[in-house]
Amino acid sequence: MTMWSIIIIASLGCLALKVSGYLVPPSFMERPRPSRVANLLTVALLAALVATQTFGAGTEIVVDARVPALLLAAALFALRVPFILVIIAAAATAALLRLLY
Amino acid sequence: MARSTDDSTAIRQAVSVGAAVSAYGISFGALGVTAGLDIWQTCVLSLLMFSGGSQFALIGVLASGGVAAGPAAIAGAVLLGSRNAIYAMRMGPIIGRGWLRRAAASHLTIDESTAVSTAQQSLRAQRVGFWWTGILIFSGWNLSTLIGAFVGDALGDVSAYGLDAAAAAAFLGLLWPRLKELQPVVVAIAAAVVAAVLTPMLPAGLPVLAAAGVAVIVGLTNWLGVTQPHTLAEEVSADTIVTEDEHS
Repeated sequence: MTMWSIIIIASLGCLALKVSGYLVPPSFMERPRPSRVANLLTVALLAALVATQTFGAGTEIVVDARVPALLLAAALFALRVPFILVIIAAAATAALLRLLY
Repeated sequence: MARSTDDSTAIRQAVSVGAAVSAYGISFGALGVTAGLDIWQTCVLSLLMFSGGSQFALIGVLASGGVAAGPAAIAGAVLLGSRNAIYAMRMGPIIGRGWLRRAAASHLTIDESTAVSTAQQSLRAQRVGFWWTGILIFSGWNLSTLIGAFVGDALGDVSAYGLDAAAAAAFLGLLWPRLKELQPVVVAIAAAVVAAVLTPMLPAGLPVLAAAGVAVIVGLTNWLGVTQPHTLAEEVSADTIVTEDEHS
């Protein structure tokens, strides 16, 4: 699989989902179950990505400078600091720790 | 002709949300090139996929597993995009008829445009809110992706600059506004544990997909859920990320 084919297939898949929503009859919307699953799916995937992006190194689990950076990010999000500033703070924390140790 | 107050409220919210979201397209662009994509591949993702969560998910899996993790990366991105189908069902009656208009609207159907639209009172303001937010973010997000991609390309080595930690923080930022009730908090913790435990056992990307199983089980059984089922309108407005903060 080439990088371009991954990008095109994934993009078309996401686009197809958006289009499909406009094609289903509005009555489907009244059911709480599909929207609940879709919402929790988003939560589960994002949480799993936080975990693998923080602790994963290939197929290993490691604890390194990313952990304190993520804890700082969590604190800043709790304080309602804007997204872009939190991202920069997390990157700077990890970079600084790597420079020092 | 003067605009109605409803319309100006919708436009004001669209502009504030648009500016905030566009700014973090820079982090997506930078992370895209450090994940192994070139500048143009990163930009095509923003143009064609145009859904932040899915885009970050795709490059996150590709960063750890490379092109070999392609199928898992695609599956993760598409699963994360499933909520856009729900938003589209919500937006359908608001957008109205005409296939060209609906086709354009479907590409712009994302968290923010749906949230701003459904927060408005009148149908007219809901339409104004949707189109303004969608078009502003589409322009801003693609422009900032391009800038970020050039910045990331110039920066070079990932870990030395802490961009891998930035990616983790980006996912946390997308997750944060969704953790307002017990059920999503429990799902988030369980999914994170499942993904971490499976990481040494499975190829890159698959632990994330396995964690999605937690959501399906809890979602179908409504374990720890509220007894009063949410309507879709409430679910969508609960996702309002920036509007509530800036206008409360």
